[in-house]
Amino acid sequence: MSPLLLLILFPLVASFLVMAGANARRTSLGAAFLNLIVSIVLFVRYDLHSGGWQFVSEWHVLPKLGINLILGADGLTLTMLLLSTLVTCSALWIAPKIDKHEGLYYICLLLISAGVIGAFSSIDILFLYSFHELALIPTFLLIGIWGSGDRQAVAWKATIYLGAGSFVLLIGLLALYLSLPSEIRTMDLRQLDQIAAAGILHFDARIYLVLLVGFGTLVSLFPFHSWAPPAYACAPAPAAMLHAGVLKKFGLYGLIRIALPLFPEAMQQLNGLLMLMLIGNILYIGYVTVAQKRLDWTIGYSSVMHMGYIFLGLASLNIIGVNGAALLMFAHGLSVAIAFALCGEIRRRTGTLDYAELGGLAKVMPTLGLLFGFAAMASVGLPGFANFAGEVLVFFGATYYGPAMIIPIVAGVWGVVVSAIYMLRAYRSVFWGPITSRWESLTDISQSARWSIILLLLPLMIAGFYPQLILKMVGTALPR
Amino acid sequence: MNTLLLEFYVVALGILLLLTEAFVERPNKSYLSYLGAAGLAVILLLSFLPQIAPPDGTVSAAFVTSDILSVFFIRFLLLATIVFLLMTPAFQPVLERYLPAERPGGGLGEFSILPVFVCAGLMWMVSSVDFIMIFVALELATITLYVMTSYLRQNNICLEAGTKFLILGALSTGFFVYGVTWIFGITGTTNILALPDAVSQLPVSSIYGLLFGVALILVSLSFKIGAFPFQFWVPDVYQGAPTPVTAYLSVASKAAGFVVLLRFLVELETIPLIAHKLYTLVTLLAALTLIFGNFAAIPQTNMKRLLGYSSVAHAGYLLMGMASLGSLLAIPAIGFYFAAYLAMTLLSFVVLMVVAEASGGEEISRFNGLSQRSPLLAGAMLLAMASLAGIPFTAGFIGKLLIFEVALKEGHFGLVILGCVTVAAGFYYYFKVIRAMYWQQPADGAPIQVTVTIRLLIVVLGAAILGLGIYPGPILAALR
Repeated sequence: MSPLLLLILFPLVASFLVMAGANARRTSLGAAFLNLIVSIVLFVRYDLHSGGWQFVSEWHVLPKLGINLILGADGLTLTMLLLSTLVTCSALWIAPKIDKHEGLYYICLLLISAGVIGAFSSIDILFLYSFHELALIPTFLLIGIWGSGDRQAVAWKATIYLGAGSFVLLIGLLALYLSLPSEIRTMDLRQLDQIAAAGILHFDARIYLVLLVGFGTLVSLFPFHSWAPPAYACAPAPAAMLHAGVLKKFGLYGLIRIALPLFPEAMQQLNGLLMLMLIGNILYIGYVTVAQKRLDWTIGYSSVMHMGYIFLGLASLNIIGVNGAALLMFAHGLSVAIAFALCGEIRRRTGTLDYAELGGLAKVMPTLGLLFGFAAMASVGLPGFANFAGEVLVFFGATYYGPAMIIPIVAGVWGVVVSAIYMLRAYRSVFWGPITSRWESLTDISQSARWSIILLLLPLMIAGFYPQLILKMVGTALPR
Repeated sequence: MNTLLLEFYVVALGILLLLTEAFVERPNKSYLSYLGAAGLAVILLLSFLPQIAPPDGTVSAAFVTSDILSVFFIRFLLLATIVFLLMTPAFQPVLERYLPAERPGGGLGEFSILPVFVCAGLMWMVSSVDFIMIFVALELATITLYVMTSYLRQNNICLEAGTKFLILGALSTGFFVYGVTWIFGITGTTNILALPDAVSQLPVSSIYGLLFGVALILVSLSFKIGAFPFQFWVPDVYQGAPTPVTAYLSVASKAAGFVVLLRFLVELETIPLIAHKLYTLVTLLAALTLIFGNFAAIPQTNMKRLLGYSSVAHAGYLLMGMASLGSLLAIPAIGFYFAAYLAMTLLSFVVLMVVAEASGGEEISRFNGLSQRSPLLAGAMLLAMASLAGIPFTAGFIGKLLIFEVALKEGHFGLVILGCVTVAAGFYYYFKVIRAMYWQQPADGAPIQVTVTIRLLIVVLGAAILGLGIYPGPILAALR
């Protein structure tokens, strides 16, 4: 049995068991821990020396149409799998006691996790796409049933945005498939890479544009971002962690996997457009973030804003920038998951995340405040966190690109300042200052929730002090 | 075994059932349904014996064919009829309520016997290659369907639906005959397969007369398949007809109409003089049907009307395949779409029938909180809606994928973009049902009892949706 198939099957089997009546929390956590162990083992066992795709296994579905389920992993995949299993574990762990449909809640989270793991480990682009879609209905249910605020409208908006975005993506992938001459038509990424490396074929730039819009919508690339902040703000904390932390990285992963190797000319040609969009992410969304009056919305918008830096890495079209982008994907996934987890903890205690009502919470929940401080600093890009290493590499990569990058770089550096403004402001208004009597009886974060945050914080700091650990892994995936 | 013989068996089975009903004195008539279903199942098995085409030159060879298409759709129709028959026992209470009470049990039996005759008519239709034969088969099927549509004699809505169906059905049959007359008058043949040869002998000036005849037949078939602008009867008739009949109308009768259209278009595509005009016409028809079906479905509040508009929408996707007949894969794609459509549509109607009976109405609001009243029914409906919307790992997704693929191959970029937009609209109205079932609170929390037969149907149809979505190979192999 392929270890990657196990990674997909554990959550699926667990969700069937829960459906059949097993204890929801224990079964799901069991599957998540098994998954974490498997993904760590795979991460360690990956042979860096030989590189390339490893742990490959194939099942034929429709060989005549070139549709096969092919699972395999290289360094980038394994990094993303590690991120997925870490965040899944932490999200399930920190999930509060659910009164209504507890089974369904865990099934939804498990399905999102299985889908995203399947998407990252598929070598076949149709399955890469299909697995990602597994999250659509669970997200709809999670936000709609257990969300907060204007949850129903938000669930609608996110679902329709993501549904339409993924059909655009599907059209792009089909067009890519059909633009190959019929005798070498394939959905296999390995063969596509070979075709790209041979350099005989030149793909139509319009297909790249469709893919950029499709993947971009999923990553909340400006101006296709407006579904993301409200969805994260209203979703229950574990769903927001999985969505913002892991699922969103799928779009970037797809661009690195498909667009970078297959469309080098088109990316060069249309780079101006991408730069314009990423400046929109960094500056426009940055300022919108500053204007937010609630913690969950601030973090939701800030996660959209930081996508700009990852796109900056991609747009630099060189190995340093893309490596930085990949590292930043990992780092941002962990840091934003921590932020949403803590956000959920605060909301559960206070019932509000409005800055005007909160303040001085560090007095009653010092540990939570400390952990949130870590998350905020990581998000701003303080040295010591992997976010810093990623951002530095992204800026280096962008500098190498040439003078055309000057405006995005300036915007990016200014964006760091902007993000420091809103993060510190958020930290101040929630945790510092005088405490109102309403909050004086609140309790600090529980022991078990503390550990689930540390589970995410630890790898974030390890990768911050020793980024080479991640960099040499993701380096195996990138075209020279 | 040739197809004519299969149809003969079906008619014989119908007569046998009528006689049984006349001589066996049992007030509960559900045994007739099981008997009919068993008989049809045997005939379904017989269809897997090697097919022997009628020898050339015989009368039957001029009228019917035993090609792959006809055998596939004969099986399809048999399956749909079996599902119908298995639905009827659970529908008996409704029948009893609306049939005259003077003679208890009167009219119950025929409800399970008439569909067998419809099935025979439709089977004839899909295997005919001659307009005369198609007309006779069409009459057998539709006259019986008129009776079944207005079966609930003491329900005004049902009678209204029956009247509408009768008048518009007769009108469309009129168009058909008129079109056939024109084609016969100009080419001297009523055989579809002989058309290309006959046309090639004609002077160019007579092409307009031929086109007129072709257009009339297109109008008539558009009525049958519910394509814009001849779809207006669909929602009204669907809403008024007894639920199993609605299901049957939307699956079996639509499929037979499509097969006739398919045969007709395939032959006409080989005639260069009219192929181009026809192609434009079908493309236009597909685009308008997609737009109308999907957007008109959005505001619906009645589940049956919603499914009616959704069936118009799916006719649009199927027409998209029809507009791409130049591709070799088009016919397998259309066939597969129908197989998927059968499973998902019938599953949603089965659930609708049970829920409507338990909660006393067919509005979407009657589905509120279904997940608490019956997780099985809610789960089945969720699956059916996911498949209708086209979410991966369901049959509906593979169907849409194949259709989009052939459309792209044939260069229908506009249609495909439109398809993306309408898919997004589809997400909205299908998810509306999911929202009702999972987000809302039930008005009446009493659990819903589900009979064993219905449970079995749900499990089999649900397994078919997932099975075809994960392993579509067998259906496609059957169509090559």
